[in-house]
Amino acid sequence: MRRVDNSISLHAIQIIVLLILSVSAALAAETAAPSTGLENIFAPESTPAKSIFDLSIFVLSITGIIFVVVFTLLVYSLAKFHATPANADKEPAQVYGSTQIELAWTIIPILIVVVLFLATARVIHTVQDAPEPPSAVEVTAIGHQFWWEFRYPKLGIVTANELHIPVSDPAHPTPTFLKLLSADTDHSFWVPQLAGKTDLIPNHPNSMWMDPHRVGVFLGQCAQYCGTQHAKMLLRVSVDTPQDFDAWVRSQQQPVIQDQQAIAGKHIFETTACINCHAIGGTVANGRFGPDLTHLMSRSTIASGAAENTTDNLRLWIKTPDAIKPGSLMPAMQLSDADLDSLVRYMETLR
Amino acid sequence: MSSNAMASQFVEVETWTWLETLHGWLTTVDHKRLGTLYVVYGLFFLVIAGVEATIIRIQLMYPHNHFVSPQVFNRMFTMHGTTMIFFVAIPILFGFANYLVPLMIGARDMAFPRLNAFSFWLTALGGFLLYFSFLGGSGLYGAGNAPDIGWWAYAPLTSRAFSPGHSSDYWTIALLVAGFGSIATAINLIATIVCMRCPGMKLSRMPLLAWLNLIMAGMAILAISPLTAAQIMLLIDRYLGGHFFDTQAGGSATLWMHFFWIFGHPEVYVLVIPAFAFASEIIPVFSRKPIFGYPVMVGATVCIGFVSLSVWAHHMFTIGMNSYANSFFAITTMVVGVPTGIKIFNWLGTMWGGRIQFKAPMLFCTAFLFQFLIAGLTGIMLGSAPFNWQLSGSYFVVAHFHYVIVGGILFALFGAFYYWYPKVTGRMLSERLGKWHFWLFVIGFHVTFDVMHFPGLLGMPRRIYTYEPGRGWDTMNLIVTYGAFIQGISILIFVYNLIISYWKGAEAGNDPWDAWTLEWSTTSPPPAYNFASIPVVASRRPLWDLKHPEDPDSRYD
Repeated sequence: MRRVDNSISLHAIQIIVLLILSVSAALAAETAAPSTGLENIFAPESTPAKSIFDLSIFVLSITGIIFVVVFTLLVYSLAKFHATPANADKEPAQVYGSTQIELAWTIIPILIVVVLFLATARVIHTVQDAPEPPSAVEVTAIGHQFWWEFRYPKLGIVTANELHIPVSDPAHPTPTFLKLLSADTDHSFWVPQLAGKTDLIPNHPNSMWMDPHRVGVFLGQCAQYCGTQHAKMLLRVSVDTPQDFDAWVRSQQQPVIQDQQAIAGKHIFETTACINCHAIGGTVANGRFGPDLTHLMSRSTIASGAAENTTDNLRLWIKTPDAIKPGSLMPAMQLSDADLDSLVRYMETLR
Repeated sequence: MSSNAMASQFVEVETWTWLETLHGWLTTVDHKRLGTLYVVYGLFFLVIAGVEATIIRIQLMYPHNHFVSPQVFNRMFTMHGTTMIFFVAIPILFGFANYLVPLMIGARDMAFPRLNAFSFWLTALGGFLLYFSFLGGSGLYGAGNAPDIGWWAYAPLTSRAFSPGHSSDYWTIALLVAGFGSIATAINLIATIVCMRCPGMKLSRMPLLAWLNLIMAGMAILAISPLTAAQIMLLIDRYLGGHFFDTQAGGSATLWMHFFWIFGHPEVYVLVIPAFAFASEIIPVFSRKPIFGYPVMVGATVCIGFVSLSVWAHHMFTIGMNSYANSFFAITTMVVGVPTGIKIFNWLGTMWGGRIQFKAPMLFCTAFLFQFLIAGLTGIMLGSAPFNWQLSGSYFVVAHFHYVIVGGILFALFGAFYYWYPKVTGRMLSERLGKWHFWLFVIGFHVTFDVMHFPGLLGMPRRIYTYEPGRGWDTMNLIVTYGAFIQGISILIFVYNLIISYWKGAEAGNDPWDAWTLEWSTTSPPPAYNFASIPVVASRRPLWDLKHPEDPDSRYD
């Protein structure tokens, strides 16, 4: 290729390169800054998320280098070879190609692809083919329009929307293995800090696992469009200390305490359409279309995380679900104010 | 190889009544008129789908915003995606192919002119059916109107249990009808390019635009056929008691995903290869050098064509395929990056040592190069399956594919508008408005789509009509929406430029860019049947040979 020695536009190149550097610094700051306390995929708190994070840093470095090299070449050629009044009426040398150069920029990318693939395949294998240890906690997660059902078959627990799992000590790992099912449309289980997402597909059981290294509440939500209220199919994972987890398991295993103060509300619940969809242990209510309410008050949110679990929100949710989550499958129950009050009082006894 | 002075024929047109003119356009089988119809039709839907995008962005400006209901929001993103792919991108790109391919290979029309007209009107009917769903979709009380199933229409959302009424049927039939149109156009393009080249134009002398459209047409046939099959299966499910995708009766949701993406991924290349074609014509002319490594460019595109048929399940890394399948689709996805990278390097090689003129077409192609580079690199990230488990279904993916489609395809397409508008209308587009359009669009594009990557990294899924405050998404979404407004203003400047320049633009003459391919040898606009006498070519750049008899390309051919 022909070389042009005119040292034109070096200033322009310097300015552009500085501009690029400052923009990328700003973007890096933007990602780094929110990494504290937010559900950032670059702040992993469990082994699968950490493996993905390490791989992503490797992929980002390689793509970053490619970007800088090609970007610099492009900027250089634009700055160096633009038309000027001096060369206005002279056609440049007509170059048709160069086998050596084209061979070089074919072989180098192939080598990069090989490296990237090997790194990728290794992480695919370690995450996907990890064996389940006997100490693992087993949970079956079932996606519904628009909420999550969690069943612990070995522990005899059924709950909804807020997943409780034990923290996993690397010395004595207690990972959680999830079996993923769907009752209706496709959903996807995604808690960015704990693991990559895996879909819940009807007729197509899936599985995933995580072993959180830190106690806390981790947020996520449905990541596969599942219908009208896909947006408010939120997900909370409470990672508990082993003691807290055991205490939670024991409380969930207890039968519901019948509070005589709320007997009127119980009667309303059992004689209206509520029981078609909801179950409460030890009562005639055994519907499975909606969340199990046996220990409703042990949950901090209702409507799959759309609202705090407070008296007012419970009342509003039963009266006009559309006010909280328009398009949800919970019907407005058309109860009188007095009946609503009794019902809410009953709900609040479900501890 | 000269042909000119046929413009006098068009004097007749001036004397037509409006009814005759309308009749002429409705019954035309002329490839140039059909090409123009495709492009105008696509631009009309570009504005409509742009309005839908604006509605989406206004709703997402603030957390818990109440601009539209969730139902309306879901319809908007479904219609936006479906319209942009099937009724903007495909028609405009097919329109350009229709207009340019016969001119560039020295032919007088497409191989099958009447099939060509039939294809256009099928596509037009498809778009009409899709939008008629707003009126005819409900069918049942409370069933809603336009489809709200997402543009992938994943099963079982499309089953009658989850999609009552007729909204999904309008979506299905619109795509089915438009798909037949696209397949017919693809066949027509292949027949034209294979059979109708002028004397001397061996395959190795064909302009890259024709080569790339040939490959695109082959891919379109292979990609759109499975989609058509899937639409028919879906109709059988919905109306004839079939259970292909009916999971409640043992059907398979993943079967639909495979059908959809074995269409959907090659479709990306069906759209991007014509954009490569524009860049491969514009960059050499404005660098004043021939394309660098012509045989490698053709080979790389053929390679993309084959490899991209085996990458579809990288859209499905999260559906629970086993580790071998995931590894297979990870490597094929990364491999497709190699020929794509070669193309970027070859455009770079074309500019290297040239004399680059930054007119509007070249400005858009320059931005295309940078943006397509970034889009390709985020594509590599998404191809790394475990990384994809985090990124897929999030706003990162939305940013990535808008980088491909807007930053890549649309920018190259805008370049093509500025480059060929003088040929089509005989008038130049205003360069001043073009610069405004370019810079505003560059700013708007980057404000929107650069920032859009980040909420995805912070866990924001796509297709949500609202979000909770305090998750770090609020400010980013606000900025993204401002960027969308800037893009909207820029598009309005472009449309204004297209309209005003038709009457007020400077006279273009035959060859305003001092270019080298055959379309510039005829008048602007070209006469009916393009060439009075069929040209004969002796190299890849017949007009270079004509202008430089002392050093013609044919000497090295």
